[in-house]
Amino acid sequence: MAGKPKLHYFDARGRMEAIRWLLAAAGVEFEEKLIESSEDLDKLRYVLSSFLLSKDGSLVFQQVPMVEIDGMKLVQTRAILNYIATKYDLYGKDMKERALIDMYTEGVADLGEMIMLLPLCPPDQKNTKLTLIQERATNRYLPAFENVLKSHRQDYLVGNKLSKADIHLVELLYYVEELDPSLLANFPLLKGLKTRVSNLPAVKKFLQPGSQRKLPGGEKSLERARKIFKF
Amino acid sequence: MAGKPKLHYFNGRGRMECIRWLLAAAGVEFEEKFIEQPEDLDKLRNDGSLMFQQVPMVEIDGMKLVQTRAILNYIATKYNLYGKDMKERALIDMYSEGVEDLGEMIMHLPLCPPDQKDAKIAQIKERTTNRYFPAFEKVLKNHGQDYLVGNKLSKADIHLVELLYYVEELDPSLLANFPLLKQIQLYPPRQGRRVARSWAPVTAQTTLGTIFFGREQPADR
Repeated sequence: MAGKPKLHYFDARGRMEAIRWLLAAAGVEFEEKLIESSEDLDKLRYVLSSFLLSKDGSLVFQQVPMVEIDGMKLVQTRAILNYIATKYDLYGKDMKERALIDMYTEGVADLGEMIMLLPLCPPDQKNTKLTLIQERATNRYLPAFENVLKSHRQDYLVGNKLSKADIHLVELLYYVEELDPSLLANFPLLKGLKTRVSNLPAVKKFLQPGSQRKLPGGEKSLERARKIFKF
Repeated sequence: MAGKPKLHYFNGRGRMECIRWLLAAAGVEFEEKFIEQPEDLDKLRNDGSLMFQQVPMVEIDGMKLVQTRAILNYIATKYNLYGKDMKERALIDMYSEGVEDLGEMIMHLPLCPPDQKDAKIAQIKERTTNRYFPAFEKVLKNHGQDYLVGNKLSKADIHLVELLYYVEELDPSLLANFPLLKQIQLYPPRQGRRVARSWAPVTAQTTLGTIFFGREQPADR
């Protein structure tokens, strides 16, 4: 079980960023092998065997993210996140707490997915999509999480202890803020959670410039992704 | 912790079916409260029973759980279908998510605009044949065991077998070159569960459209 986890992805947030956040918040150092071209991706996908390229490489479903950890080559974001959370005690103390953590995490993922896919939206649909995101954030997701914190008045979402749910939510709050800071206005407890989690030493370090946290993509990043992943 | 789990959904497969499969395979009896009118959904929302205003929702062990994965993971843990340790759980999660990726494509097919349908079907067939089925066949081949993980039935097997039935419904020839997958489809014992729903996916999706979206095109929910 030697060495640090090794993350295989391209140099962008995408589906790997949640994993980077979780490892960082757990205080775990990790390495990154960045995919820079479609040839890099092919290398992961294929191995040369008997002069035949066979799809027997390192990616079970030919996709990234992939994380090498504890002798495994894990793919599928949720599989990776759940493993890390279990290993570093960020998954609650029993199955009922885990159910709540999963429920909250999936809600975060639903809104996060909308935000993540926004740059891929055709220009004529973008405004509609953005409005939908703002509406969902304001009327569905942010109130749900604010109410959880309100109901028990504890510092964290589940079991009075930091869990993956808090980390995923705080990461999302940063993205919501990037999109439109006014969206957080009426959610004081969420703002409190964001501050609290951001001040944890490991998270604070991750939030500094020069860390492995990735910046918003932008057009160039999207173009690069299109070339690598051919879409 | 009295009573059977209670499933809230409309009378169709949708996102609840994998939960029904898992409970059934675990030998757990459950009740269903069908949403038949928009008012039924409104009532659940106004009662505060739906954390994100969405179904599936399952009442189980004093909780009102929403989000399919949260529900599935809880059931799997409770009924010992989630492996023996965290490494097995990682494999089970990885395989479950792969099943879900393909399953999602198949589930959404009826919602596809007619002019895009053929292309979508072609993509599903391509992914099945070149990406997903080979991956699972390889897992079974590598260890030669009866089940995907830890030589024991887990949620991964149940989700996969459910998927195999849907692929078969779409195009039986897709299973042709995957003998180990065909074999796993014969496990686990059906445990006397009800025969596969013969309901037409299109009809159910129309119902879904009516309940959730009025009569408009289904938008992002």
